[in-house]
Amino acid sequence: MSKLLEINHCRKQFGSNEVLTDLSLSVEEGQVLSIIGPSGSGKSTLLRCATLLETMDGGDLIYLGNYAARDTDGKAVYAPPAELQKIRGMFGLVFQNFNLFPHYSVLKNVMEPPMLVQKRKASEVREEAEALLEQMGLADKADAYPYQLSGGQQQRVSIARALAMNPKILFFDEPTSALDPELTGEILRVIRSLAEKKMTMVIVTHEMMFARDVSDWVVFMNGGVIIEQGNPREVIDHPTHERTIQFLRRLQEK
Amino acid sequence: MTVMTMITKMSEGLGRTCAIFFLTLLFSLPLGLIVSLLRMSKNRIVSSITRVYISVLRGTPLMLQLLAVTYGPYYLFGVSVSREKLIPVVIAFSLNYAAYFAEIYRGGIESIGRGQYEAAEVLGYSRTQCFTRIILPQVIKRIIPSVTNEVVTLVKDTSMAFTVAYQEMFTIGKQIANSQTSFLPFVIAGVFYFIFNAIVGFIMGRFEKRLSYYR
Ligand SMILES: Nc1ncnc2c1ncn2[C@@H]1O[C@H](COP(=O)(O)OP(=O)(O)O)[C@@H](O)[C@H]1O
Ligand SMILES: [Mg+2]
Repeated sequence: MSKLLEINHCRKQFGSNEVLTDLSLSVEEGQVLSIIGPSGSGKSTLLRCATLLETMDGGDLIYLGNYAARDTDGKAVYAPPAELQKIRGMFGLVFQNFNLFPHYSVLKNVMEPPMLVQKRKASEVREEAEALLEQMGLADKADAYPYQLSGGQQQRVSIARALAMNPKILFFDEPTSALDPELTGEILRVIRSLAEKKMTMVIVTHEMMFARDVSDWVVFMNGGVIIEQGNPREVIDHPTHERTIQFLRRLQEK
Repeated sequence: MTVMTMITKMSEGLGRTCAIFFLTLLFSLPLGLIVSLLRMSKNRIVSSITRVYISVLRGTPLMLQLLAVTYGPYYLFGVSVSREKLIPVVIAFSLNYAAYFAEIYRGGIESIGRGQYEAAEVLGYSRTQCFTRIILPQVIKRIIPSVTNEVVTLVKDTSMAFTVAYQEMFTIGKQIANSQTSFLPFVIAGVFYFIFNAIVGFIMGRFEKRLSYYR
């Protein structure tokens, strides 16, 4: 197995607030990694650094051996824009609140990015987009607009939109947190089916049962550092660190 | 002079009224967008200069701006004032309306959530692609009501051209009113503006409806 994503010694601060401190992790091809931890622990910031929405202050960010950023004398030095654009094609990101384009139909939301960014032919993209929507159970919604869909349906469109770019790795930032509890299941099912197809994924989630079932590796973050990590049954069922035990207990009480 | 003659004479100025109106929109709508982008520039100097531009043009009467653009070159550089006033009139109107439109665009652009930019960025859209395809269409939909307000005001503001004696409909009406000592030309002008704005309202309403396919 080869390393798809490697983050070494990532540092990030907002003003004087250090949000990520010397954080390292790696994801192998076909692996599902879950990131858990209390709110404010830097999970989103980590995903945003990995997806180039934020720049790290220090550290390496490497996709399949391609350096997006390289630590040079303690500072993260980013690759030139053309290289970063190439690397952007390797990952997709699913947001907590979907961020679909409201003025586009479902089909156009899925079709425009590959056509515009990857310059692919409309006929070919259409076929793929329709297959993806079918797979998401949205075949009959191709012509609908996002406002006409439930949150769960919108999130499935946003997953289809990300997949249409054929990413090597997909990031999810709390993909079910904006949904009513009864809609959470349909998204988790979709992610589960992607895992079965060996899609490489990094998932920030508060759904512990799901994380335990679907992931190969779990990382517990607190205060910008990884406190504990391991295979999901160890970390979630038998946590050893005081903070992890506290966090999981509090989550159970809810 | 009969009412019919007054109407005919004033109608001859309607072409010029329309010229001010359409040319001003043609120039001020895109110019306003550029001004709003400069106003939001990360470069402090650029954004400050633009802010001053906007506050001066919105803070002084359009009438003074018309006089300044039309006669300013003569007083400053001794350039003779041309008989054809359309060019200075359209320049003054366009600069003025661009300032108002700029603030409307800015409000619209700032109302679009960060998530739209981020989604486009992660998908690999360039900044231009993101702006023209994702942001601007949504901005246009949101600002139509405010733009309609400005356009309706512009219809009425074309009458300001009388300050530089540009022979548009209202200027002619005012001259007739003076020579005939009659109030009728003002009534006729009022009717003209009202009809003009009814058409504007209809067209903008259609436009708004066409963009109501999404929320
Ligand atoms: N753009 C930002 N500017 C300043 N502070 C930020 C910004 N984004 C996040 N933070 C801060 O970073 C910390 C971690 O936030 P976040 O990564 O969103 O945590 P999580 O996703 O684990 O809840 C928080 O203290 C938050 O206030
Ligand atoms: Mg978060």
